[in-house]
Amino acid sequence: MDKLNETIDRLGGVYLLPVAVAAVCFVLIGAPSSWATLTVAGLAMGMMIFLMASGLSLVFGLMDVLNFGHSAFVSLGAFIAASVLASLGGWLGSPSLMLNIAALVAAFGAAMIFGLIAGWFFETVIIKPVYSDHLRQILITMGALIVVEELILAIWGGTPFSVGRPAFLEGAFVIGDVTIEIYRFFAFMLGLIVYAGLYWVLNRTRLGLLIRAGVENREMVEALGFRIDRLFIGVFMAGSALAALGGAMWAGYETLITPHLGADMMIVVFIVVIIGGLGSVQGTLLGAIMVGLMSNYVGFLAPKLSLASNMLLMMVILLWRPNGLKPAVK
Amino acid sequence: MSLLSLKNMKTSIGQYHVLHDVSFDVPEGGVFCLLGRNGAGKSTTLRSIMGLWSPSPGSVTFRGEDLTGLHTADISRRGIAFVPEDMGIFGGLTVEENMILATADGTFDKARLKWIYGLFPAIEKFWDKPAGALSGGQKQMLSVARAIIEPRELILIDEPTKGLAPSIVDNMAEAFREISDKTTILLVEQNFEFARSLGRDMAVIEDGRVAHTGSMADFVADKDLQDRLLSLSA
Repeated sequence: MDKLNETIDRLGGVYLLPVAVAAVCFVLIGAPSSWATLTVAGLAMGMMIFLMASGLSLVFGLMDVLNFGHSAFVSLGAFIAASVLASLGGWLGSPSLMLNIAALVAAFGAAMIFGLIAGWFFETVIIKPVYSDHLRQILITMGALIVVEELILAIWGGTPFSVGRPAFLEGAFVIGDVTIEIYRFFAFMLGLIVYAGLYWVLNRTRLGLLIRAGVENREMVEALGFRIDRLFIGVFMAGSALAALGGAMWAGYETLITPHLGADMMIVVFIVVIIGGLGSVQGTLLGAIMVGLMSNYVGFLAPKLSLASNMLLMMVILLWRPNGLKPAVK
Repeated sequence: MSLLSLKNMKTSIGQYHVLHDVSFDVPEGGVFCLLGRNGAGKSTTLRSIMGLWSPSPGSVTFRGEDLTGLHTADISRRGIAFVPEDMGIFGGLTVEENMILATADGTFDKARLKWIYGLFPAIEKFWDKPAGALSGGQKQMLSVARAIIEPRELILIDEPTKGLAPSIVDNMAEAFREISDKTTILLVEQNFEFARSLGRDMAVIEDGRVAHTGSMADFVADKDLQDRLLSLSA
């Protein structure tokens, strides 16, 4: 196993995994155009899951908090963005690109602002009293997720809620034989921009340095003179806002959403965080892309195994690397 | 007035009472050694001073100000640095990043950095390398360097020689001598030879209580007392 790890590290490390999976599936799928379409879909899906999962990974790593309520922010982000888009229906269908973009910015902005505020409330009222007690964390955050689902049910009703898309994100563009949905391309690009932003903050700023140090050793960061509890709240709020943005993106991707969206995504988000390694944004991105690609490839090659594929992926990766692909140093 | 004063400090960790009644004064300047057998409560005393365990009741005063109940970060900002037993190095960060975190505003005082390079050449040599890749001795040097990159009034150092090679222990002793010219050091140490070579004043903790305080010279001269409190001849 050590020899295998050494060889993989020499060739580019775990970052090679998505490339290897894509290469194997290229052979299995056979048709290059289908493979390319599935790959773009997988990358787009991965990026949306990355948005949802990145905050959870940092909260897990930095605060040692098992927040099963994280996907409540995904649901709320999705429904708030969908409601804003519905109320701006005239702008969505407008031929004006500016109005299209304004509707999208308003929807995503509302989801993220709500995520920030809800994150602050959640951390202060629900999480803070149960620090250092994993069992109570699981119970109380699961309970919060159920409460949020019921709230969504009471406000938006139980019937699937239709989500409008701005006109400029409708349709597809064709390169050769490959058809790429514009919305998927947009999701991929937005995820990439958010990743670049997170990477910059974590690796090029003093705040990021504190977060990375806090993930490793909270106590020492405090002994160096920093109030890590305040950093916790900031990270929690940012993570919640990103989850809400991921939910908003996912709503546009699915176009029909239900109150169970968060609970449905929770398992996938946790798989990504565990595969990637706790507290690592790079690991989360890698895990999300792996999950996105596997879902699409397996969904095409063996549809009946589609649901099991992510679980299988997690099991294989954990057997190989028990701490995940790229965990933060602890 | 002493720099640091502990009065009737009692600390419990969960259901265990670790410190029962710890009182001693650390005068300004030089090295004050806190000695005692394994499990006597030395590390808990340092952690209680830093607010990492909450002493209750009892008090910790620093330059006359009561630190009891303050957050660890606020205690640190009053000019107290901590070098824990496990060194507290951030292994995923570079040596430079570890040092940056210990500065007040993210910038280095060049003269001070040069002084640290002189004390610990490994810091300069491995400046841009991951701290996790350093040897045990180099990590200890980094931990101490981090504590002195800003001017501090008191440095709490917990067992800095543990597991280090003799040559590195000598290097550490030299460095501590120089640092103690500028800053008071409260040193917890099991290595008595190391402690006696540096200490001016000292206290011995036994079963969570202070069993003896005085000058290091007097303690070194009293073999019976050393044997009784530290079992050195055993």
